[in-house]
Amino acid sequence: MNLLELKISSAHGVQYVKNLEKATLTPLFRGRPEIDTNISIQELQRAETICPSKAINAKMGILNLGKCVFCKECEFVTQGKIRFTNDYKIATNDPDCLLIRKEISSNIRLNENAIRKEIRSYFGRALKLRQVSSGGDNSNELELYAAGNVNFDMGRFGIEFVASPRHADGLVITGPLTKNMAGALNICYEAMPSPKLLILAGTDAISGGMFADSEAIDRSFLTKYKADLYVPGNPVHPLTFINGLLYLLGRNAME
Amino acid sequence: MIELRNNDTSVPLSSITPLDYTYFYELVISLLSIEAKHCVSYFAHPEKDGWLCICCIADDETEKIMVLAHKVKKTRSKTIPALSAKHPALHSYEREMHENYGIPFANHPWLKPLRFPQGAADENSTIQRYPFYSLTGEGTHEVGVGPIHAGITEPGYFRFCCNGEKVLHLESVLGFQHRGIEKLLLKKTHPLQQSVIAESIAGDTTIGHSLAYAMLAESLSDTKISARLSMERGMALEIERVAMHIADTSAMCADTAYQLGQVACEALRTITINTLQAWCGNRFGKGLIRPGGTYYTAYHETLNQIATALNDVKKRYRDISDCIFTLPGMLSRFEGVGALTHKQALQLGMVGLTARASGVRRDIRSTHAFMSYKTHAFNPNIMENGDIHARMMLRKIEVEQSIDLILSLADKLAALSILTSESTPGYQLQYQPESLAISLVEGWRGEICHMAVTNEKGEISQYKIKDPSLHNWMGLSIAMRNQQISDFPICNKSFNLSYCGHDL
Repeated sequence: MNLLELKISSAHGVQYVKNLEKATLTPLFRGRPEIDTNISIQELQRAETICPSKAINAKMGILNLGKCVFCKECEFVTQGKIRFTNDYKIATNDPDCLLIRKEISSNIRLNENAIRKEIRSYFGRALKLRQVSSGGDNSNELELYAAGNVNFDMGRFGIEFVASPRHADGLVITGPLTKNMAGALNICYEAMPSPKLLILAGTDAISGGMFADSEAIDRSFLTKYKADLYVPGNPVHPLTFINGLLYLLGRNAME
Repeated sequence: MIELRNNDTSVPLSSITPLDYTYFYELVISLLSIEAKHCVSYFAHPEKDGWLCICCIADDETEKIMVLAHKVKKTRSKTIPALSAKHPALHSYEREMHENYGIPFANHPWLKPLRFPQGAADENSTIQRYPFYSLTGEGTHEVGVGPIHAGITEPGYFRFCCNGEKVLHLESVLGFQHRGIEKLLLKKTHPLQQSVIAESIAGDTTIGHSLAYAMLAESLSDTKISARLSMERGMALEIERVAMHIADTSAMCADTAYQLGQVACEALRTITINTLQAWCGNRFGKGLIRPGGTYYTAYHETLNQIATALNDVKKRYRDISDCIFTLPGMLSRFEGVGALTHKQALQLGMVGLTARASGVRRDIRSTHAFMSYKTHAFNPNIMENGDIHARMMLRKIEVEQSIDLILSLADKLAALSILTSESTPGYQLQYQPESLAISLVEGWRGEICHMAVTNEKGEISQYKIKDPSLHNWMGLSIAMRNQQISDFPICNKSFNLSYCGHDL
C-alpha cells in the first residue's frame, strides 16, 4: 500500500452504519405513511383522485403500501392529513399489514404466525439470495446491491447475494414481472433447492405498481407461489430491505 | 422539411409535409453525410391508412432540429430501401418500425427483432425464438450468457461466437425488460402518472428521463419555467451524473479486483446520492422533477449540504482516481481493450460518454442547450482512443467537471432570495392539439430523446422514448470483436448500458 492509498483509507474512515435498526434518515425520506384519524371523506377522495397508482381507497380509508409509489402527492392534497414519516421499517410477510388505515397508526410488523417454521431454523444464521429483475428499472437493483456495500454491509449477518440459483436459499424479485421474462423467472425459481424463500422487493414487484395494467406484464408466477416477504419502496431503501430480512429471520441487528 | 429547437414550443403536425420516399431517402443520406448532423429520432406514427414516418435530424452546429417525414400506406406490399444499408446508425429505428408495424424494408443489414414488444406485427416472433447467427468450423464455439446474470442486475442475453478465447461476434438479445411503457403513457393521461412512469423508464436515470418528460409537457403546453427551476434541474442532472460515474468506477474496480477503489467509490456514491435524498427524500431523485414546477425548492440548507458533500467527494475521488490510473494492473486491463474507433462510433450513431470517448463531439448540453445550459455555456471533454481506458478516464474528467458545475449552480442559487419559492407542479396542462414536440436531455449515459404527438383533442396520441442505450448496445458488440471473452465483463461495465431504457 503506497502513501496515497493510506491517505484514501484514512479519509474513507469507518463507513458502516453500526446500528441498522436505529439509523435515522432525513425527515424528508418517504417511508411509512400515516393517516390522521380526523381526515375528512373529501380529503380522502382528493387523495384517491390524485394517486397515480390507485393505492388509496377513500371509502375504506385505506392506503395500500403495496401499491404506493411514494410520490407524496396525497400528502400535498390533504395538507398533511396523510403524511409520510421517515420510518423505513416497512417490510412485512403479511399483505394485510401493508394496508395503512386511518384508525390505526402503528409500526408495520411481521405476522409471526405466518412465518414458515423452517425459515428461521434453516436460514437463521446464513442466507444466500438470488436476485432476478423482471422489468425492474435498475433503481431497486442498485439499492439491493447497496445493501451489501460498505455502508450497509448486510454481509455482517451472513446475508449475501450469490450468482447461481443452485447456491441460493431465496429468490428476490424486482420489477413488475414482464411477459418476456416469465420463462426465465420460472426456470430460475425451479432451479433453487427447497426449502426456499420468495421475496418481492419494491412496489413494482409487490403489485405491478404503475405497470399493473400494462399488457406486457405477466404476474401469473405469483399466483403459483406465495411470497415470504414484501418490501415496499420506489425503490426499496437498503435499510428497509435489511431490517425486513432480520425480522423475518428472527435476528437482532446488533448481534 | 421544418426546423425546431430543443426545449422550444411545439409545431403543428400539419406543417410537416410528407416527402416522396425516394426524395426523403436521398435527403437523409445527404444530411447525415456531415459529422455534425445525426438522427435523434425516427419513428412511425400510425394514421388511418398507414403510417407517417417522422425523422428528426439534429444539427450540432446550428442547434436546429430538422423534421422530415414520409408516408407508408398499409396496403403497400413492396419494400422500401432501408436507410440502414447506407447509415447503420439508423438500424434500430428501422428495426423498431418493422417489428411494431411490419413496415417492409429492403437491404436492411440487421433486420432482427429489437425488443419483442406486446402487439408486434409478427405474432410468431417471441423472445425464445430469436434468430441467432451461428458459427461453425474447427476451433469455433458459442457461449451463451443470460438472460439472468451473475450480479444484481437487469436481464439480457448475450451470445458470443468465439474462436478459442477470441470473440468473433457478440449478439445481444434484449426485450426481457419490456414493460410496454410507450403504450402505457397513452393510457395514463394524468401528468402526474406520466411523470412517475417517466421516472421509471430507467431508474438509474430518473432525473434524465423525468426531465425529458417535464420539458416535453412544458413544450406542448407552452409553459414557461423560472430561471431558478432551470438551474435546480441542471444541478440535479449533474448530481445524477456524478453518482453514476462514481458507481461505474466502483464497479470497474470490483471487476479488476481492486478492493480499495471499489469500497472508496461505493462510499463516495452514497454521499452523492444522499444529497438527493436530503433535497427531496429519495436517493434517485424520484419526485423531484415535475412539469411546470416542483415541491422541492433548493434553499440554503440543501445547497450547503450539496456543496459540502460534493467538495469532499471531489477531493477524495481525485485521490482514488490517481491511484486507479497509475496502477499497472488496472491499466493493463483498460488500455487498448474494447476499442471503438471514431469511424465506428460515427457509423453506429453512438451518443453520450461512449461517443465522446471515441472522439465524437456529441453532447446535448453544448450543442442543443436546455435548462441552465442555455445560460451557462458547456464545453464537453473528448478522448480519442475509444477503449475502456478512454471511457473510464472520461468518467473521471466528467465527475470533476460536473462537480464544478454543481458548485457554481449552488452558488448562484444561494444568491437568490429565499422569499421566492418555486411554483408547484402544474397538472392542469393544456396541450396544443395536433402538434409535435421534442425534448433532448444529455443524461449521464448520453442523449435522451422524448417526442410526443397530440391528437385533435390535445391528448398525447404517440409518445416516443429514446434512451442512449438504443444506439450504444451495438457499440458494445462491435467493441468486443477480436477481444478476449474474459474481457467482456469490464468492457460491458465500461459502457454500462440500460436494459430497461432500451426495452421500454
